[in-house]
Amino acid sequence: MSSDEQESVAPIEPGSERPPEPQPSSGRRRARWRNYPVVSIFILVALLVFPAITADWLAPHDPLQGSIPDRREPPVFFGGTWEYPLGTDRIGRDILSRIIHGAKVSLSISLIGIFFGGVLGTLLGLLAGYFRGWLDAVVMRLVDISLALPTILLALVLAVSVGPSFQTVIIVVVFVLWAFYARQVRGEVLSIRERDFVARARVAGNSHARIIVRHILPNVANTIIVLATLQVGSVIILEAALSFLGVGIPKPTPAWGLMVADGRQLIVSAWWISLFPGLAITLTVLALNLFGDWVRDRLDPKLTQV
Amino acid sequence: MRRFLAIRIAQSLLAMLAISVIAFGMTHLSGSPVDSMLPEDAGPEEAAQLTRELGLDRPIHVQYFKFLGRVLSGNMGDSIMSPGASALGVVMDRMPATLLLGGFAIIVSTIIAIPIGVLTAVYRDTAFDAAGKIIALLGQAAPPFWLGIVLIWVFGVTLDWFPTSGRGGFSHFVLPAIAMGWFQVAALMRITRSSMLEVLDSEYIKLARVKGVPESRIIWVHALRNAAIAPLTYFGVIAGIILTGSVVIETVFVWPGAGQLAVEAIRARDFPVVQAVVLTFAAVFILANLLVDTLYAYVDPRIRYR
Repeated sequence: MSSDEQESVAPIEPGSERPPEPQPSSGRRRARWRNYPVVSIFILVALLVFPAITADWLAPHDPLQGSIPDRREPPVFFGGTWEYPLGTDRIGRDILSRIIHGAKVSLSISLIGIFFGGVLGTLLGLLAGYFRGWLDAVVMRLVDISLALPTILLALVLAVSVGPSFQTVIIVVVFVLWAFYARQVRGEVLSIRERDFVARARVAGNSHARIIVRHILPNVANTIIVLATLQVGSVIILEAALSFLGVGIPKPTPAWGLMVADGRQLIVSAWWISLFPGLAITLTVLALNLFGDWVRDRLDPKLTQV
Repeated sequence: MRRFLAIRIAQSLLAMLAISVIAFGMTHLSGSPVDSMLPEDAGPEEAAQLTRELGLDRPIHVQYFKFLGRVLSGNMGDSIMSPGASALGVVMDRMPATLLLGGFAIIVSTIIAIPIGVLTAVYRDTAFDAAGKIIALLGQAAPPFWLGIVLIWVFGVTLDWFPTSGRGGFSHFVLPAIAMGWFQVAALMRITRSSMLEVLDSEYIKLARVKGVPESRIIWVHALRNAAIAPLTYFGVIAGIILTGSVVIETVFVWPGAGQLAVEAIRARDFPVVQAVVLTFAAVFILANLLVDTLYAYVDPRIRYR
């Protein structure tokens, strides 16, 4: 493992931005961490991004239209044929095609939800940390409350009172996520605002808005990126759980959680209906978490648990 | 300590109050219940009369304070799906099952996570370290509801080792507790590991080694006792995840707890029961966090004077 040795003795170049890490064995560990993203990025692209973008073209069958004579067809190698590589569900829809289309749902929900949750939380965190005072007190109490609420129950209530839909899921995701950004960003802004460059910017006549956007935001950007990456996996699980309970993505849209719920009663006789979509979730989230860990180690190692 | 406690208790009460506002507001989100309560042939006068009787014509804040007054005296209205029973009573009947299962799940995750966390810290960068990480990461990636279904399929039906649903003796707890607890293992293990690494590096451990204390005693007594403070605080977070998770897991395992009750109540639009579940879950969660914080402040005096 020559790359290991090179890593551990490599001198810090003058122009290098990364300071040396304190632990003596970090060289070896970092070398191993660097190998992870290759695999996880590959899984992510193969399982999530690529199918989501090319679903209409990639999927061999219509995800909504089943063929009743072919229902509960087992996967290939388990008595099935290559016509339906992962088998069919109880109304003869191709599992593979539905998983491919399900990637679209998982990816879009997590991206849109994290975007809005991140923007809202970051904005409130910036304002609370920068201006302090009553605004800070109000935002932080709201954060406490939001973190204390039983999420899934609220989602259930919301879904029943306004009806389950794509938008409802987004609202729930935003509602769950914003507090994490607000808390983290506020904490960092508290120390950044005391730094000299902020005071100088103020003396130079910059407005508060300009200081926040031009001088403080870039300094918390890493944290926001790390948080967002680490959260994609949990958002996918949350969406799947909501759909599983019948309050997320409405039927018959192919969503992974919904597919697991579909096969729940048939797990003994037709195990493939539930097993494969669940495996898709597990592999995707596993890859996302490993990727998120790697991003954190690179950008913001002090964020140990989020 | 007394001052710290006073502030924390005041914060907890404030959070509870805010959650009562949300619980009150959510029933209003779905519109007036009058239409669904009246017989088909009722005219507008009867609707107006019922609205008056229910107090729904009063200003919204008056309605809220009336609601709050009732809740404080332990009256959350009557259940709609089980006529004659009080909403809170129905929930309280189901809470022991939920708390028992939650307790089991916490024990499962602790039993797996703490030893793995300690051992991966001691044997870091070895094959054992990697294996521990994989076990933890897999648990974090698999959606609990799917894991539950797979456990039922493999260990409940195919191998027939454990019962697949309902509540009974010890064996009934095994599968749902694993499905619920495994998710927490990764985070708990990671916190234990990093905390152990820090402690093992400290002066007093080196001193203990120089004195000739047996290595196993150093690890499991000297080091773990101090390293355990960090995972302790995480139990507050776990309490929330377990409560939220109970909704999904109880549905999968047909566990007669409050989580399953919530799903039933929401499907039946039994809002008094839903309100009661939300408030009870939030109260348990806030209480658990208050307890953890108090314990933490007791163990680590630096917290009290922050």
